[in-house]
Amino acid sequence: MSLTRADIENIARLARLELTEAEIPVYVDSLSRIFAFVGELDRAPTAGIVPMAHPLPGLAQRLRADEVTETDCREDFQRNAPKVEAGLYLVPKVIE
Amino acid sequence: MSTPAPTVAALAAGLAKGEFSSLEITRAYLERCAAAQPALNAFVTMTNESALAAAAAADAARAAGRAAAITGVPIGHKDIFCTEGVRTTCGSKMLSNFVSPYDATIVAGLKSAGTVMLGKLNMDEFAMGSSNETSYFGAVRNPWNTAMVPGGSSGGSAAAVAARLVPAATATDTGGSIRQPAALCGVTGIKPTYGRCSRYGMIAFASSLDQAGLITVSAEDAALLLGPMSGFDPRDSTSVDSPVPDYTRTLNDSLEGLTLGIVKEFFDKGLDSGCEQRIRDAIKVYEKLGAKVREVSCPNLPLSVPTYYVVAPAECSSNLARFDGVRFGHRCDSPKNLTDLYCRSRGEGFGAEVKRRIMTGTYVLSAGYYDAYYLKAQRVRQLISADFARAFGECDMLVGPTSPTPAFRIGAKSDDPITMYLNDIYTIGANLAGLPAMSIPCGFVDELPVGLQIIGPHFSEARMLNAAHRYQQETDWHLRVPAAFA
Repeated sequence: MSLTRADIENIARLARLELTEAEIPVYVDSLSRIFAFVGELDRAPTAGIVPMAHPLPGLAQRLRADEVTETDCREDFQRNAPKVEAGLYLVPKVIE
Repeated sequence: MSTPAPTVAALAAGLAKGEFSSLEITRAYLERCAAAQPALNAFVTMTNESALAAAAAADAARAAGRAAAITGVPIGHKDIFCTEGVRTTCGSKMLSNFVSPYDATIVAGLKSAGTVMLGKLNMDEFAMGSSNETSYFGAVRNPWNTAMVPGGSSGGSAAAVAARLVPAATATDTGGSIRQPAALCGVTGIKPTYGRCSRYGMIAFASSLDQAGLITVSAEDAALLLGPMSGFDPRDSTSVDSPVPDYTRTLNDSLEGLTLGIVKEFFDKGLDSGCEQRIRDAIKVYEKLGAKVREVSCPNLPLSVPTYYVVAPAECSSNLARFDGVRFGHRCDSPKNLTDLYCRSRGEGFGAEVKRRIMTGTYVLSAGYYDAYYLKAQRVRQLISADFARAFGECDMLVGPTSPTPAFRIGAKSDDPITMYLNDIYTIGANLAGLPAMSIPCGFVDELPVGLQIIGPHFSEARMLNAAHRYQQETDWHLRVPAAFA
């Protein structure tokens, strides 16, 4: 399977990744090769096979009671934020 | 300078007898780490100050009669585990300034067992790699030959244990990231059953595959450290609530009557002939120990690499969406608008391999492709899992190679992702099926270590450690140290 430059630009846009001009042909090549490689899966007879949803047989995702258990850690967490003001995360203006 | 003692077990015994203090051995290991850093680059961050404080506290606890088995034993943590107040980078520019506000559950468990953290170990960026060449902090080198890779992604953990810079290290395994570097560096690695060790505070790559574990000198050391890392954690929604056995209690059990399965597909093609010979030699040791050997077949196992390269990137692309340049992590300069902030922060913060996996995952999950790739891969995963279940109906555990070749040269495979991905051809199956697996040293080819892989049924860690320990009582491969670090 062969991807085009436009495919890579579209995937990068969906993934919110800015690529440099030099990176684009590298990913056109390597992703094309990866999808050719994973194309091997087409040979596997999977009719009637249920997709695996949990790595341990018979176990499903556990749910917890809808109770507040966390304490307020905003100050701790915001110490790692690139830009905060008055306890709020700052981003570029969204509405003009 | 020489190590105070070669293993966690010997250090624990020496501390208990008062032959040395935790402060003395911690200082000695810190000096070894600093001396080897230019040659190996095994660490991203050293935590000398907190290590010495923790060692002094361990000595005080011992003096007060409050010491556990491993109180005062120094260890290293892979830099994927959050450590409170200490920089946690995951090998990425994206997190190069991230100071974790909390400890991962397994870090807290090992801390409360009295271990002393020496520092944070280098790794492939976001654990995506099999050579430790994708780290933002530079490649780690193999202590057996510094022109060679140590394997990955837990390359820092494996290199540090092999060079005896740390007696033991934590590590993680999503597709072989504990076992493959353990094999390439001649040390012992264990990936427990999925759900055995909490993933809380372990930076996520592919959540249905990620599992925390250990790289140690011996299986006995792994048994000593695995207990405090294991058990139910309400903060991990896939943590399994089942009792944790004392892994040290059954180490010496007899292997008489144990049936080992040799997976036919592991020996089909691509396995280096020297490595194959070492594996066959190891199987003979097991026969001498009373084990029976039979061939088993897992016909879908050859599809494990392509299955993994759909499932893991899909989960990675979802997990890494959290790195947005807003709440933590790298942020680009003067963003024009919100989209520009996201795209440039991520474009600048992630390295080439991480971007490749995010894009692979984004594509397989995108409209029109989900059924063809993701659902198809999860169906094949079910087939692979069923192959293992069938095999365990015929044998108690599987043995075979960990890696198709010994360590390769730095740079040799970095231009071709598929060649690199095929390093994990023997290890990925256990992750897809959630099975526990180990790698133990079983000899050398061209002066480079070879690893024997053991794969067991779910929650068979005690029996696997027992089998590994008995092998290590018969052989001394695990005690070999690279000449430059002896």
